Amino acid sequence: MLTLDAVRATQGSFTLHAALHVPKGARVAVIGASGSGKSTLLNLIAGFLPPNAGQIAWDGAPFAQLPPGDRPLSIIFQDSNLFPHLTIAQNVGLGLRPNLRLNAKEHGEVAKALEQVGLAGFEARKPAALSGGQQSRVALARVLLRKQPLLLLDEPFAALGPALRQEMLALVAQIADREGLTVLMVTHEPQDARALTEMSIFVDEGVVHAPVPTDALLDNPPEALRAYLGQ
Amino acid sequence: MARRVQPVSTYLGAAVAALLVLLTFGTLGAVAWRAEGLSGLRTSDWLAVRFTVLQAFLSALISVLLAIPVARALARRSFWGRGALITILGAPFILPVIVAVLGLIAVFGRNGLFNTALVWAGLEPVSIFGLQGVLLAHVFFNLPLATRLLLQGWLAIPGERFRLASSLGFTSSDMLRHIELPLLRQVLPGAFMVIFLICTTSFAVALALGGGPRATTIELAIYQAFRFDFDLSKAALLALIQFGLCALAAVLSLWVTTPSGQGAGLGRTVPRHGGAVWLDAVILSLVSIFLLLPLLMIVSKGAGTILGLPESTYAAAWRSVWVAVASALLTVLLTVPLALAALNLRMRLVEGIGYLSIAASPLVIGTGLFIMVYRWADPVGLALPILILVNAAMSLPFALRAVSPALAEIEKDYGKLADALGLTGMARLRILILPRLRRPLGFGAGLAAALSMGDLGVIALFADPENQTLPLALYQLMNAYRLDEAFGAALLLLVLSLSLFWLFDRGGRANVDA
Amino acid sequence: MKALTLAALTTLAATAAAAEKTELTVYAGDYFTSEWGPGPVIEAGFEEFCNCDLVFSTGDLLPRLLLEGERTKADVVIGLTSDVTAKARATGLFTTHGQDNDVLTLPIQLTDDTFLPFNYGHTAFIYDTTRTETPPASFEALLAMPDDVKIVIQDPRTSISGLALVLWVQAIYGDKAQDVWAKLAPKILTVTKDWSASYGMFTDGEADMVLSYTTSPAYHIIAEGDETKSAAIFDDGHYFMTELVGQVKTTDQPELAQKFMDFVLSETFQEMIPTANWSFPAKLEEAKWPDGFKKLDLPKKALFYSEDEAAALRDEVLDAWLAAFSQ
Repeated sequence: MLTLDAVRATQGSFTLHAALHVPKGARVAVIGASGSGKSTLLNLIAGFLPPNAGQIAWDGAPFAQLPPGDRPLSIIFQDSNLFPHLTIAQNVGLGLRPNLRLNAKEHGEVAKALEQVGLAGFEARKPAALSGGQQSRVALARVLLRKQPLLLLDEPFAALGPALRQEMLALVAQIADREGLTVLMVTHEPQDARALTEMSIFVDEGVVHAPVPTDALLDNPPEALRAYLGQ
Repeated sequence: MARRVQPVSTYLGAAVAALLVLLTFGTLGAVAWRAEGLSGLRTSDWLAVRFTVLQAFLSALISVLLAIPVARALARRSFWGRGALITILGAPFILPVIVAVLGLIAVFGRNGLFNTALVWAGLEPVSIFGLQGVLLAHVFFNLPLATRLLLQGWLAIPGERFRLASSLGFTSSDMLRHIELPLLRQVLPGAFMVIFLICTTSFAVALALGGGPRATTIELAIYQAFRFDFDLSKAALLALIQFGLCALAAVLSLWVTTPSGQGAGLGRTVPRHGGAVWLDAVILSLVSIFLLLPLLMIVSKGAGTILGLPESTYAAAWRSVWVAVASALLTVLLTVPLALAALNLRMRLVEGIGYLSIAASPLVIGTGLFIMVYRWADPVGLALPILILVNAAMSLPFALRAVSPALAEIEKDYGKLADALGLTGMARLRILILPRLRRPLGFGAGLAAALSMGDLGVIALFADPENQTLPLALYQLMNAYRLDEAFGAALLLLVLSLSLFWLFDRGGRANVDA
Repeated sequence: MKALTLAALTTLAATAAAAEKTELTVYAGDYFTSEWGPGPVIEAGFEEFCNCDLVFSTGDLLPRLLLEGERTKADVVIGLTSDVTAKARATGLFTTHGQDNDVLTLPIQLTDDTFLPFNYGHTAFIYDTTRTETPPASFEALLAMPDDVKIVIQDPRTSISGLALVLWVQAIYGDKAQDVWAKLAPKILTVTKDWSASYGMFTDGEADMVLSYTTSPAYHIIAEGDETKSAAIFDDGHYFMTELVGQVKTTDQPELAQKFMDFVLSETFQEMIPTANWSFPAKLEEAKWPDGFKKLDLPKKALFYSEDEAAALRDEVLDAWLAAFSQ
């Protein structure tokens, strides 16, 4: 279970307050207007922004003091998820060992992960030779290898077409189910939220509300959300 | 982002910074410590200060202003021989002073091509000697550097940005306002500062083309204090004033600089269009003529003797080559930790230390090192290692100038991803930073090698006759009336410097995906 | 690679052999040790009979000596110019040279028993006979030349020949020196840091005349077979310049150093000077000079300030020069 206990974080003149629990295995959307603090929340959990107060924990183990790479999570950004100068295999291999000194067995794991995302045989290519959808798959293959219980998605697949995006979300759902991942996804798209998640967190002017069922939230949004959704 | 601090590289960076402080202020201190009594400055010294600032300011201003259209033309046009042109345009920067002066005179002198053409066209000839000559020479030396620095900034703009601009139907002036001006605000002050600093320590060029003692710079006053008066306290005082001027220039330029607003692009090259093709063609042609004609004069003067030089000159050339390679490698070894430390500590002071050596007087460094080393070892025996070290320190500002912004971009574009993956310490350096720094590092190393080839002066006090370098051999030829052979040696120096630069720069660019 | 190894081995062997002999360390100017300079001939000639190893160490002589003081490794210092002898003398590092000044064949009388001259020459303006048909025969004639005659000189603050020029003018004109500079200034194309830059501008045709030495034409005659370069000889006389050698007091090889000082005035040494140093030998009758040197026009009068006089005048003449050129 992910716990944010009376967390407060400040970025410039903006302050975020968060107190919530996300049950293990849940898939939760993070919804809110631009500037409401969605990305700040993710940065806080991922370790790019230190909290001023409060505690962040996974299964009771606090991790707010850990560097980003040591936290029990993987993250997929909007873009720039791959290093352009590294091969696909190396980009994925970073999920196993950040120093890239892989043994034969680990090379095998990289190949298997690529196979699982439908990119068998792509090891030696460079990211620039791949389409946007394929690049996202590489990032997911790396998530598989990191084997961390929590997956953060920061407006993922935004550059992909609707069909491709649905396909990627389905792949995320499939992977999350199989690996038992807890997923937190910042999104602007109500249909993405409905497609992937059963619960949603509404963030409004720096205040993070506790998760509620996604459909209920979107069907009957509070005033602030309604304006944002254009309803 | 305190978490990004990587202790090892920060300690290494601090060590490099300490070494640079020792080489600059340490040597200055050593000179001051050996001085007897205190000397005041005379009116003529203050005139030298004034002239130094005036010519350095104008030289830097003209160089960066001219570099804008040139860099833009090079950035948005691709044509056959573009890479070679960029390399060759860099040549003036690494020429030994006296060779460049004679090359310039052959073109712009009383009987030079330029005035011959003017007279033929029925116009009054113009004189190269005077402030205009000093500026001409400094622009000749530094326009290529300014162009390279600006060009790097231009190429760092993601192709997507240009694609967006052309899709929005941007005109040239829209482009200027929305893309190029922000870029220039970011790159110009730094380029201006570097060139200002280089020109403050100019000496022989300023005097030779300045037409008389009005063109006296601080460095000349330092030389006079050393060689003619042996007044160490005055030399140290003047060197301190030189530092002060440079520090002021540096602070001003850092203050004006805005941080980069350019985002990451996956780097698929996108053709950059826009602007008038004919205009770019005219600009590139004019600059090529200006920069290449003096070089061609040197080539034509040296071609006859380059293959028939005394054997010792070739030996000196070979020695210079490996000194240059060693200096280039050392430059890289010093630059990376310093740039990392500056970034991690977010301290402009650390980066500022990297630029100290431009402001330093080679004479003071040489003398200070002599004073420091003499108590423990024979400086003559250490002449080459000292030369390598000092050359590396002198080249460091240029490498740092190329590496620092690139490093900042890497951290901005990939820092979060690397953090999220736990890419820290040496692994981050090996897997992320060094591969992505290859281009600026190759450029920096190439520049260091070329500068090292052409360098002279630091070890004038204790040259080792057994270990003569090519520039020293060149001066010996000139001093022995053997001007034809000196031009041959100059051409050899030019060819070797350019080759080294090209090899390193090429190595940095080969097989780089994005 | 093989050749390199071989060369390295030979060097090693040579070093090993040399290590058994006593070493004489000679500080010299930069130009000394080039293969066409005087260094190699001096080394070979001296080692032939001294049973020693002569080692040159090059660099800026005076600053280095002043910094090293009594810890200097030098046994002998060669190539000091007359403008630095006062400061060199004041270090107290030098002992007497032990030679008889009367045997010298200099145009002036020197009585210094510390620093021994081994060559000499005079300042002079060199011109190209194909470009300048009637060279000036006096300083006055030089000043009377049209202003489009362009002359390049060296800076007296950075160059010994430049300093010699201002002393030359001082010796001829005394208090009127500043007027002379004012008349000369329009003809001065530019002022360079050192001699080589000036001379390069002259041979390149950029300047009509260059401040150099009376011996300069000899290089063109002997090495290039070119007799078109000539020194304009003035009736007023020319400033005398010499390079000197001194024996270091703290040497651990006093006998060897003394032997070297004797060698300096030997015929072997002196005969090498004209074509290796492109200057007149300090002790050799004219009959033994190379033909190219015999052809040179020589000044009838040599002007010279003793080191004390020169030191006393220096600031004043420099200021006069600076003032005239800074207007």
